Order: sequence, then structure tokens, then C-alpha cells
Amino acid sequence: MEPKVLLSDKKISIILNRLCFQLIEQHGDFSNAVLVGLQPRGTLLLDRLVELLTQSGIKELKTGKLDTTFFRDDFRRSERPHSANATIMNQSVEGKDVVLIDDVLFTGRSIRAALTAIDTYGRPKSVELLVLVDRRFSRHLPIQPDYLGAQIDALQGDKVKVVWSEGEIKNTVYLEKHLE
Amino acid sequence: MKTLSVSHLLGIKYLQQEDLQLIFETAKHFKEVINRPIKKVPSLRDINIANLFFENSTRTKLSFELAEKRLSADVLNFSANQSSLKKGETLVDTVNNILAMKVDMVVIRHPHPGAAHFLSKRVDSCIINAGDGTHEHPSQALLDAFSLQEKFGELKGKRIAIVGDILHSRVALSNIYALKMLGAEVQVCAPKSLLPKHIKSLGVDVSSDFTKTLKWCDAVNMLRVQNERMDLNYFPSTREYSQNFGLTNERLKPLRKEIVILHPGPINRGVEISSEVADSDQAIILDQVENGVAIRMAIIYLLASKLNIPIA
Repeated sequence: MEPKVLLSDKKISIILNRLCFQLIEQHGDFSNAVLVGLQPRGTLLLDRLVELLTQSGIKELKTGKLDTTFFRDDFRRSERPHSANATIMNQSVEGKDVVLIDDVLFTGRSIRAALTAIDTYGRPKSVELLVLVDRRFSRHLPIQPDYLGAQIDALQGDKVKVVWSEGEIKNTVYLEKHLE
Repeated sequence: MKTLSVSHLLGIKYLQQEDLQLIFETAKHFKEVINRPIKKVPSLRDINIANLFFENSTRTKLSFELAEKRLSADVLNFSANQSSLKKGETLVDTVNNILAMKVDMVVIRHPHPGAAHFLSKRVDSCIINAGDGTHEHPSQALLDAFSLQEKFGELKGKRIAIVGDILHSRVALSNIYALKMLGAEVQVCAPKSLLPKHIKSLGVDVSSDFTKTLKWCDAVNMLRVQNERMDLNYFPSTREYSQNFGLTNERLKPLRKEIVILHPGPINRGVEISSEVADSDQAIILDQVENGVAIRMAIIYLLASKLNIPIA
């Protein structure tokens, strides 16, 4: 079955701009903010947001890329251990306003792992969550986004795929139905 | 993610090249973790590990213990000199008694070659060899190769010399296996009395001319003279050994190239390596110690992921 397009390139572009304005509204000049993309796919969204924020005149953004593999709650519960990606955090987050950034919010378990992982860099003043897509009604934990691109409904086995533009390929969010 | 091809770490001999790369890749991530303000991950919080040291050790024991604690495992320490071994208990009984206390993994150092292997066949637990007599010391070889790889990028075609007491050294044997597996050229250099008879069968060059070896190599691993394992006089005097095989500035200066210097520790300053050389920028001895914790975290993490114990 052909994957269904949930968000087109144009729609994503509008969403990204809106998310940037919401971030500016909340964080002003970003002097106390640290934007943290979650590895692997959240960092791609982070890169897009940083590009747009820089175009809007925000200078000296503090950013980081955080891998949560060793903080996940499913160690020894999956057939094979998850592959870790590089963590690049060049500053402490002690007293900072952290914004965690990921592409899809599903069960909330990755975000829980990220909340534990970010603490290893200090105690932030606050932590917020920004996601492009929220798969509502599928949470395993009481975690909700503060900045939200779009909410979608998908069944448990379905896959939501975010594809970022590269050459001919355009930004798209797909839904791949789980076939019984 | 890939997993290790083994469920115990008994020696480098039993590993594949992919295992080494997987351990290094994982260790790289753990090295970043141990440089954070809070150097701990929660992965192994439901795992109990016993460190059984039937032989003295400082850095290996501390390094393993720190690695275990930074993975959030519960740690049990055992030293032979305070144990019931003196009352006549066998190794298998000792370990089985410890395992009865619900221990999931065992790190063992033992003066007898093959002790870890022996144990892995007789007890139901994951065994990590932290040095068995003059046989293997896999975690040391992994951290040495990792430190070299950090320095050189890739070990393929690099020339690595191992100098000193090859005969009694488990570090030498494990290093040879690891370095060869990664494509490095290896030369061992020692007085003839400290070279095992069939060392060439491991595919290494053999030399007793330290000056030539230094000219040849890109990195040199200086082994400690292991007086405690020597039942005979293998060389006339420490002074003579030091003159012929000690690494000093006088030997390094004429080379006109900077070679990387490793030492597994503990250092006998003034015997196999002079103080100036040991403390110089060329020596990566303290990097080895830092990498040791990351490598051991990687080994334990990867082996723990294969543990077949019931989940809470």
C-alpha cells in the first residue's frame, strides 16, 4: 500500500515558521536557552529550526545533540541493543531553559530517557518539549509537548515517517499502515 | 545494533574483528559519558557484578569497579588474600557461592593461565577475564588498541613494537592478537631469554636490537619487568636490562620522528622507561587509563545485553 502523505512540504514549511515564532515568543533573545535535538532524527529538525531562527536575526544560539541510548528503559528487553549515536553537548545546562526537540512523539519513552540524560549535564531551570508530529492517544507516560507541529491519529503498529528535503526530495511526513 | 559474537570475554583470541570495532564504537560513546558532570548511565541498574581478584591489582580493579558503577551495576568485591581459599575451598566452589548471592557477571583475575576459561565451562554466569597468569589480559589489549586507534585513526599498516618481558606478559599476547586483527604490523623486542620459543608462530617479527626496533616502529608498548613471575634470573642485572631495553630521551632523540609511547602500568621508573619519557607528551599512559574505564564500560554493557536472566 502506498504510504499516505500526512504533511506536505508546504505545510511543513508553515509549521516550522510557526514553531520558530513560538520559540522566539517564549525565549526572546535565547540568552538563557539551549536547544537540544534528540539523536538521531530530532537533530535534523533542530538543524532546520536553527537555520530559520538565524534567518530571523537570532544570534549565538546554544544548541546540542543528545543521544539517549544508555538512558532507555528497554535495555535487555529488545532482541538487540540499540545503536548509540554521538552526543555533542558543549555546555552545561545548569540553570538553563532547555528545549528538547524530536520529530515524532509516540509513547513518550524516548523523552523520559532524554529527561534523565539531560540531567547529566547539570540541573536545568526548565525543560520544554518541541515535536513536529504528535501521535496522540498512544502515550505510555504522562508526557506532552509544549510546542507542537501537528497532531495525528495512527494505530499502534503504524509507522510515521518524517523525510527531510535533500536534493530532489521534499520535506514530507508519511503514514505507513501496518498490514495484518 | 550489532552484538558481540561471544557471551564471555575470555581472551582476544576468541573475538572477531567486528567485535573489536563494536567495542571501540561503544567505548567512544562511553568516553563522552565519563566526561560529563554526572558520569553515570542507568543501563545496568538491575545487574550484579562480582570482581574476583585472586591476584594483586590496582588499576585494573579500580577501572573495572568504576566502569561497573558508572553503568549503575551493583558491585561485589573479593580479594583472595581475605578469602576462604586459604581454608581450602576450590575456585568453582568459591564462585558458585558468590553466584548463589544472585550475581550475574563475574570479573576474574587469577594467577593461573586458563582460569577464566575453566570457570566459564563450569559456572552459569558471564565471565570477564581481567588477566589470567601469563595467558591473556583482553581488556588491557582493547584499551591499548583503542588508544592507538584514537591517535592514528586506523591501525592498518601501522608498525607497533612491544618491548620487554614478552615471556611472562599476558598484555603482550593479548596485544599481539588484537593488533594483528586490526591489521597492524607487530614486532616484539626483548632479550632472548625473555622471548617465548614459538613466538614467531603468532605472525610477529622478533628482534633483540632495541635501537633497530625504535627506528622501525610508529608506536612502542613498553612492558613492565615482572619480577614476581620470574623464578630464574633472565638477565644479569636490572641495570644492564635498563641500558639495553630502557626507553630514554637519549634513545628517542636520534630517531627524528615522534613515536607514540604506551605502558600498561605499573611503571618501574628508571628500569624499562625513564621518568622524562614517561611524563613526556609522546607518552599516552594516562590516556590509556582514562580509555580503560570507557573500554570496560563497553565490554560490560555489550556482554550484559546478552545476559539470559529473567527480567524483573
